[in-house]
Amino acid sequence: MATVWCPDWPVTAARMTSGAPGDAPVAVFTANHVVACSAVARSVGVRRGMRRREAQYRCPDLVVLPRDETAEARCFEPVITAVESVVPAVEVTRPGLAAAGVRGPIRRFEGESGLIDALWRAVGWLTEDACQIGIADGSFAAEQAARLGRIVPAGESADFLANFPVSTLSAFGHAELVDLLQRLGIHTLGGFAALPAKDVSMRFGPAGAWAHRQAGGRDDRPIVVREPPPECTITVELDTPVDRVDVVAFSARSAAERFISGLAARGLSCACFELEAFTDNGEQLTRRWRHPGVLTAPDVVDRIRWQLEGWLHGMAARGGGGTDPDPGDRPTAGITRLRFVPVETVPTGAHQQSLWGGAGEAGERAHRALARVQTMLGLGSVVVPAIEGGRSPLDRTQLVPWGEERVSVREPARPWPGRLPSPAPSVLIDPPRPAKVLDEGGQPVRVSDRGAVVRPPRCFGVGNEAPVAVTSWAGPWPVDERWWDPATASRVVRLQLVDVRGRAYLVVGDMSAPAAPTWHLEGVYD
Amino acid sequence: MADVATLLSSTANPATVAPRPTAPTLPVSPALAPVLPDGLRRGSTVAVSGSVSLLLALLATASDEGAWCALVGMPPISAEAAQDVGIELSRLPMVPHPGENWVVVVGALIDAVDVVVARVPARLADGDIRRLAARVRSRGAVFMPFLTGRAHWPHADVRIAAEGGSWSGIGLGYGRLRQRQITVSANGRGSAARPRSTALWLPTASGGIEPYLSQPLAAVV
Repeated sequence: MATVWCPDWPVTAARMTSGAPGDAPVAVFTANHVVACSAVARSVGVRRGMRRREAQYRCPDLVVLPRDETAEARCFEPVITAVESVVPAVEVTRPGLAAAGVRGPIRRFEGESGLIDALWRAVGWLTEDACQIGIADGSFAAEQAARLGRIVPAGESADFLANFPVSTLSAFGHAELVDLLQRLGIHTLGGFAALPAKDVSMRFGPAGAWAHRQAGGRDDRPIVVREPPPECTITVELDTPVDRVDVVAFSARSAAERFISGLAARGLSCACFELEAFTDNGEQLTRRWRHPGVLTAPDVVDRIRWQLEGWLHGMAARGGGGTDPDPGDRPTAGITRLRFVPVETVPTGAHQQSLWGGAGEAGERAHRALARVQTMLGLGSVVVPAIEGGRSPLDRTQLVPWGEERVSVREPARPWPGRLPSPAPSVLIDPPRPAKVLDEGGQPVRVSDRGAVVRPPRCFGVGNEAPVAVTSWAGPWPVDERWWDPATASRVVRLQLVDVRGRAYLVVGDMSAPAAPTWHLEGVYD
Repeated sequence: MADVATLLSSTANPATVAPRPTAPTLPVSPALAPVLPDGLRRGSTVAVSGSVSLLLALLATASDEGAWCALVGMPPISAEAAQDVGIELSRLPMVPHPGENWVVVVGALIDAVDVVVARVPARLADGDIRRLAARVRSRGAVFMPFLTGRAHWPHADVRIAAEGGSWSGIGLGYGRLRQRQITVSANGRGSAARPRSTALWLPTASGGIEPYLSQPLAAVV
């Protein structure tokens, strides 16, 4: 496989559109941070992720350009076309990085160096000579080879990769895997590749198995469980021909979501898909997009934008070397149809699994079923309990809606004076129900200012039930909260009661009007 | 590298290797072994009545070891009580109000979750009961209908009930609820046909479950 890598492509594209001179130090910014910088800027100390002020401090002549992703896609389009003229079936990962299988073309060009020459002649003048080409087995090894500008002979990719650090994998979204390997003492890809494949697959699932194959330099066709069924191909028809990219992308959004969810429903995630765009006059542009990691619907929409941006508003190729621009390249009518065709899929459950236990397949199944139930019944119908801080048992149980991130409002580990000791009542009454807690005179039990029960409780009843005798009781646990704010102040007292039937209850009395307390049932020790 | 390989293979988690069911029974707490000597057998229906704490204690060991337990139509349950008895809260989803979709929700969860607990509504068609039982058997889940009031579940494999209940540690205006002694009994069909019962501390002072004889009475403070 051959990979064409244009380093710092955002800089090259921005420079092409803004016309900055070739040898000036240039940096592209998003949200005031450096996204990419030219080699000249890097040599004086500008780095990715740096803030603008610091970058300008290090390089006072720095040319500051904003990032324009549509321009990057547009400028890369002729590069892709040029590569396609040399090798068929180009797969684009993102503007700046494209790969193609080259077993046939190598024979045609009589050797790898002949192929590289041809690619260079096609592409070099388009990218202002700022591109590198590498050949190796498998797209991962080829990308590493491109960064070094090397040709790795067939079969030697494993040796080539062996000395790379495992952190190379973190760029592909395997940060947890990398962290775990480093903690286990494995620091090179060679060491990772030496682990038995079965064990790696068992521990880390399909994603880890993919990373293991890459580290071993094997051909990276992902582990395909089955061919994606034809129903996964989604076609979008636009009512009127559209030649504005953002309108097409907007209309295709829901189709992109259907595409992804259709695959997910079969337990698949797309690693490579073809996007076919058709115009009213029958012109067609088909491009393959390869995406390491999990492909989401917004990613699909991004690729629609990149492909159409390049096609509809593609830059006319400038003069000098290479072929003249073919006027037939630009479409003559608006887009009427888009088709998403999955080409390679990997099983989902490509989530990282921890070494000791972890969600695994059972968790995936449960997640999907609970999401379905929540869709059926509505948001908030499925909840997961969590422990929260607080003084009352109701406060200490938080029900988090399924799928939402749990946000802890009160720290559970703090002392919370006034809270009842364990064991906690197993059943909570939410909201608390009115109850009758009566002393021997038949009056609601009162608690004095000093926190002492004036007359002990003799009978207890919930709602309209007849009160039953109380055989033992304990308390009171007074809680006097927010006395400084009359609006939210609360003075409550809690009692534990056991009735003649042996059942235990937790009742709470509102003492804000001490002469006329109101009692509620808060929990049952069922 | 050989050490890492052996480490990886020796800590194999069977749940990630084989498809469900991974093991024919789910474990239960040792205190409950006298009434459930084989644990919770997958594909069986275990009807529980009398105590929510007993229900939580039945789920505790399985949940702690990785099983997903879903509660349908149950009253609000204290997260502290569940955690104290040993349940892993992140694997305890609850659907408190299934409404009219009770049968559909329970069916969907039986397909995907290891243990489904559901409070049985007052009126349930016999056909639905039979279909759910068949689905439970074929999917290898454990179904635990929670019976309150006059509800009944005719074809349960095991019926577990809690009776009695005397709290200790609490007096007339002093002390507090510390631990409760209850009697748990089980009968049913097949291997559970012989009635068994055992006395337990449920909950203990720390919210767990213990056999009755082993723990001395805590001093009243």
